[in-house]
Amino acid sequence: MIPIDFDDLTADEVSRHFGRRRALSRISFQTRKGSILGLLGPNGAGKSTMLGVLATLLRASSGTIRYGTHTAGASGAALRSRIGILGHDLFLYPELTARENLAFFAGLYGAGDPQEAADVALQRSGLADRADDPVASFSRGMRQRVALERALIHAPRLVLLDEPFTGLDDASTAALVARLQGLRESEAIVVLATHDLDLAEGLLDTALFLRDGRLAEAVARPDSLRSTYRTIMRRTT
Amino acid sequence: MIKTAWLVLKKDLTVEVRSLEIAYTTLFFAISCVLFFAFALVKEGQAPEDGAAGILWIAIAFGGTLALGRTFERERQSETLRALLMAPAARPAIYVGKLLGIVALLVAAEIVLVPLVAFLFQAPLLSHPFWLSAVLLTGTIGFAAVGTLFSAMLVRARSRDVLLPVLLYPITVPVIIAGVRATAALLQPDVELALVRFWVALLIALDVVFVTLALWTFEPLMTD
Amino acid sequence: MPKWFIPVAAVTALMFAASPFLIANAPYEATMGLVQKIFYYHLPSAWVFLLSAIVCGIASARFLFGGSPRQDRLAYAAAELTVLFGAIVLVTGPLWARKAWGVWWQWDVRLTSSLMGWMVAWAYLLVRKYGGPGSDKLAAGLALFGMANVPFVYISVNYWRTIHPATSVVPTLPVDMGVALWFAVACFLLLFVLLLRLRVYLEEQRTRLDALYLSLDE
Repeated sequence: MIPIDFDDLTADEVSRHFGRRRALSRISFQTRKGSILGLLGPNGAGKSTMLGVLATLLRASSGTIRYGTHTAGASGAALRSRIGILGHDLFLYPELTARENLAFFAGLYGAGDPQEAADVALQRSGLADRADDPVASFSRGMRQRVALERALIHAPRLVLLDEPFTGLDDASTAALVARLQGLRESEAIVVLATHDLDLAEGLLDTALFLRDGRLAEAVARPDSLRSTYRTIMRRTT
Repeated sequence: MIKTAWLVLKKDLTVEVRSLEIAYTTLFFAISCVLFFAFALVKEGQAPEDGAAGILWIAIAFGGTLALGRTFERERQSETLRALLMAPAARPAIYVGKLLGIVALLVAAEIVLVPLVAFLFQAPLLSHPFWLSAVLLTGTIGFAAVGTLFSAMLVRARSRDVLLPVLLYPITVPVIIAGVRATAALLQPDVELALVRFWVALLIALDVVFVTLALWTFEPLMTD
Repeated sequence: MPKWFIPVAAVTALMFAASPFLIANAPYEATMGLVQKIFYYHLPSAWVFLLSAIVCGIASARFLFGGSPRQDRLAYAAAELTVLFGAIVLVTGPLWARKAWGVWWQWDVRLTSSLMGWMVAWAYLLVRKYGGPGSDKLAAGLALFGMANVPFVYISVNYWRTIHPATSVVPTLPVDMGVALWFAVACFLLLFVLLLRLRVYLEEQRTRLDALYLSLDE
């Protein structure tokens, strides 16, 4: 598998429908490495679907996604090794310990020494002392931290996060924000879907407002997300 | 590829050993099956001819369906199957890892079921251990090969619990026929080894075809 | 609908109307007499059942590996026709068998294999109907496995009773009832093509309707 890398991510008229239901409708945007892109919108707007398409888990019904010069169809596994996703459902095995979860995924992503990679990840998550407890015994915030490290264990270029702030307390939220800013500094491309407009403010470089699968507005360097959001939602088109 | 399959298998076994939930419930269910059939079919203390072989395989099939459903339900819980598919690992390797896990589980159940059936039906199941093992192993692999593929496909489908038997049983009819006939042949007082060899050969051919087909179709079936 | 549909439908209807006369005029079979005449519909149905299953299998494979929705529509239609013609076979067969040999059913190779194939076709339809999203691929996978299974079903059922192949109650194809038989075969083949085209048309309309719904939001 030839390792690939990319500097930017381009979506070109991406649509996705499920039977008669249109989940995404002609969405286009572009983002570069070292930036955080936010997908904002109400429930059912298509944020999760967009993340699914970006993650190559879903195929777009029409339109293309370009990772630099590569596309999902052509590059397959090599591309997946550069993408990390933190889903709504966390993707952790509850019966396994934090260390085992991390080591398993590290091995799956081809790490040379999965145990060492797991140790490093545990340190970063701040949960090294609970490393050998089953994940089922963790609180939501702790599980989220392990899940985040799992998503990042292979140092992906593209990081996709689906509602990562749900159910987190203040300390965990601050830690996550710091982590995301760190990712931006290390030149990753971060795409973040969230409801939490207050948190997103100050964190996002670009904000995409989605509504009913359509791109209502794209704002660069957004500063007053809440009022922009309200304006967009009040529009009838 | 082998490394991925091994990782998945090790992970599955670790998860299972922690709680042993699927192992215990499948085993108990299979034993209940055996008893159920015993009550239904045994008359005056005698099972119908070849009854022991049939009951054994039915218990394996029903228990196997349950185990398959539960195993993939686990993967559905935290959407970990998606995480597996996201990894750059070759998708067929994931299939192989899961398949070996299911086979291991079923073989463990069979180790308990065979003596039980032999005991309850006074069937000399343990007279030819090598051949019986060959029959059970090849049959189990055939059943699990199709079952693992179909269960994985059904993870995101509706009505998945009832659809698994609907899909699985018609396709695995040859496995059951071969398994039961071969086992029954082994229970005869004078065993016709040529007959047993024939059925085992058929099962091996079937295993090869099914596993190959599954490896080939796993990728297109799992992509959305 | 293509231009040939109505003319071919008319011809088929006429042929079916004519077939009873041809069948009545065909030579009487020595042992079974009048009852054997059901064979003229039973055998073509069996061939169309098999043909339909093969069409479904191939279309499923092409859909699964090529992604063409047209193949998916074809596979679905063919599966329905497999169930239909299979039902005809499995009803006419026992009717004939009961009168001719006194038993409704026999676990011989052909009957049992047909029954299993029919069940797989049913399973296909159940999956399409109740499987929810993604059930088209699921069903295609099932069809592929069903097709791959055919030799194994045949061999295992054949040797199920005994290692020595049992003498089948179903006779091999007699060659002296030619005209009536081939006429009936032509009738059924035309009927199959018509029904297939009609069913695929229905699916095409459904797809167009979905596309129209989608374009509403544009």
